[in-house]
Amino acid sequence: MAAPAEDTPVGRRLKNVKNIIIVCSGKGGVGKSSVSTQLALCLRASSPTARVAILDVDLTGPSIPRMLGLDGHPVHQSSDGWVPVYADGSEARLACMSVGFLLKKKEDSVVWRGPKKNAMIRQFLSDVRWGDLDYLVVDTPPGTSDEHLSLVEHLAPVHSRLSAVIVTTPQAVALLDALKCLSFTRATSLPVLGVIENMSGYVCPCCGEISNVFSTGGGEAMASREGIPFLGSLPIDTELVTLLDASDVSKAEDTASTSDGEVRSFRLLENYEKTPTASLFKTIAEQITRTLASRQSEGDVAIQQTA
Amino acid sequence: MIALQQSTPAPDPLSVPSNAPEHCPGTESELAGKADACAGCANQEICASGQSRGPDPALPLVRARMASVKRKILVLSGKGGVGKSTFTAQLGWAFAADEQIQTGIMDVDICGPSIPTILGIASEQVHASSSGWSPVYVQDNLGVMSVGFMLPSARDAVMWRGPKKNGLISQFLKDVDWGTLDYLVVDTPPGTSDEHLSIVQYLKESGIDGAVVITTPQEVALQDVRREIDFCRKVGIRVLGLVENMSGFVCPNCKTESQIFKPSTGGGRKLAQDMDVEFLGAVPLDPRIGKSADYGISFLDEYPDSPATTAYLDIIEKIKEQLGD
Repeated sequence: MAAPAEDTPVGRRLKNVKNIIIVCSGKGGVGKSSVSTQLALCLRASSPTARVAILDVDLTGPSIPRMLGLDGHPVHQSSDGWVPVYADGSEARLACMSVGFLLKKKEDSVVWRGPKKNAMIRQFLSDVRWGDLDYLVVDTPPGTSDEHLSLVEHLAPVHSRLSAVIVTTPQAVALLDALKCLSFTRATSLPVLGVIENMSGYVCPCCGEISNVFSTGGGEAMASREGIPFLGSLPIDTELVTLLDASDVSKAEDTASTSDGEVRSFRLLENYEKTPTASLFKTIAEQITRTLASRQSEGDVAIQQTA
Repeated sequence: MIALQQSTPAPDPLSVPSNAPEHCPGTESELAGKADACAGCANQEICASGQSRGPDPALPLVRARMASVKRKILVLSGKGGVGKSTFTAQLGWAFAADEQIQTGIMDVDICGPSIPTILGIASEQVHASSSGWSPVYVQDNLGVMSVGFMLPSARDAVMWRGPKKNGLISQFLKDVDWGTLDYLVVDTPPGTSDEHLSIVQYLKESGIDGAVVITTPQEVALQDVRREIDFCRKVGIRVLGLVENMSGFVCPNCKTESQIFKPSTGGGRKLAQDMDVEFLGAVPLDPRIGKSADYGISFLDEYPDSPATTAYLDIIEKIKEQLGD
C-alpha cells in the first residue's frame, strides 16, 4: 500500500490503465485466448469511447495474433517504447501485444527457460506504449509457473487494479487444474471476478441434438462450492471457432494500409456479433464491467475517507 | 547395481526452495552467480567460479537408472488441452496389455498433472524406499510417477519457477525405482520451455527414441504444434509422427459427422506433409473418451467397438512400427 511502490517502470507505464483483467486457467486448450479475445471485443463495444488492450503473455504458444487476424504484423519501435498493434486500425481502441509479432517465421519456436520469459514479460509491461486504457486484458499460458509469478510480481505496484477471470471446461480433469489456478489467485491475493465454463455442450448442426462433448455443469458447481461468482457457460460454437481460426491473413503483410486494417477489424467485430456466442458473452462482459465499476467506486470512497 | 546418492525421501512440492533465490538463473546458466538475483545467495561464489557449469552431477545417476529402460518416448504438443495426457494413458495401457511388457509413464507436467486422474489412481501416494521412490502401479506391469502423487490435496497449486521444476524432473529420472522397462512414456506440459529442455538434456545420453506430437485440427492449435516440431528439430529429437485428435464429431443421435474444430488450413495431415513428418492418424471426438478420462478407466478396454478405439490402435501399431518393435 506504500505509495513509493508505484514508482517502478511498470507502475509508471501502467499509471493510466484503469483495470487489468488476467484471464487464466490451470489447463491448456480450454479457451483462454478465445475468452480473452471475446472479452476485449465486448469491452471495446461496451462504450463508444472504451479503450482496450490485450497482452498475450503465452510466450511459447501465442494465439492472440491469429484470433484477431493480425498474424504477421511487425511491432514498431518509437522513442516512447514499443507501439502495440491496433486491431481496429486508425480508430486505435483495441491494442494488442504478443510475442507472436516478434517472430520471423510462423514455425519459429520460442524455447526459453524461466529467466528469459520473466524478462520478456517485464518488457511487455514496462516498454509498450499503451497510452490511456480502460481495460487491459492479459491472456496467460496454462499452469501456475514462471509467467504467472512474473506477471503478479511485476504488476504488484498496480495490485489494486488487478483482477482475474478463470476459464474452465466442464470435465473433471480440467476442473482439477482450475482449482489449482484458484489456489494460485488466493495465494497471490488476486481478486477473482468469476468462472466461465467454456465448451459446455455442442449443438449438432444437422439435427439440433445437444451433446455434452466434455460433460456439462462442472464449472458452475465448482464456483458455488468455492464461493466465487459464476459468470456463465458457453457452448461450443463452430461459427466462433471458424471466425477466430480462419482470420484472413492474406493482407497481413500489407502493413502500410491502415485503412485496410480498419475495415477488416470492423468486420471481425461485426462478424463476431453475428455468432450465437456473442449475445451470451455480452452478459458475461456486463457482469465483469459492473463488478469492476462497483469496486472502483468503493475504492474511491475508501480513498476519500482516508484523505 | 544402481548408484544412489542416498535414500531420498519423497519431497514436499509445497515447501519453499531449499536455498536458491526465487529468480535463480539456474546453475548451468551463463549468468550463474552474476545475475541480480544471485546477490546474497549462499551459493553465489560457487556459481560465479564456473565450477557448477560442468556437467550436472545428476547425469551419471540418470544414465545408470535409464540403462534398464529400452524405449523412451515423449508425448508432446505445443498446444494445451489437445489430449496429450489422454493419449499417453491409452498408449501406456495398450503397451501394458501384453503382460510380458513392462511399461512406465512419467508425468512431467508439474503445474497441471492429469495422469493420476486419467489412470484412476489420483488418491495414491509415492513410497520411498532404499532403492528410490516406488512408482504407483496401475497394474503390475504399468508404473506411474507424477507430482500429483506428492500433493496433500488435489487443489494445491505447484507454483514453481523453472529451476525447481527441473530439479524434480531430474529426481523423477534418477530417484524413481523404475526397474527394467520396455517402454517409458513421458507426458509433457504444453509449450517449449523448462520442462521440455530439461527432459531432453537429462535423457540425451541415454537417448530418446522419439516423440509423438499431438494436435487438433484448427489452425490456432497447428500454429503451436508447428513450433513444437521446430523445437524437436532444434534439439535433435526424432519425430515418430503426428496424431490429429478431436477430428470430427459423430452425433450420437443422427450419426452425422460434423467438424467441431474445422481444419481451416488442412488440419494435421497437411501439417505433417508441410513439415515432412509421418501422419499417424486421426482420432474422432467421442464424448466417451473424456468421460473415461474423468473416471480413470481405459477407453480402449471399455469401448472396443468405437471408431476412436480402432483409430487409437492403428496409431499405436504405427508407432511400434516406427520404433521397429
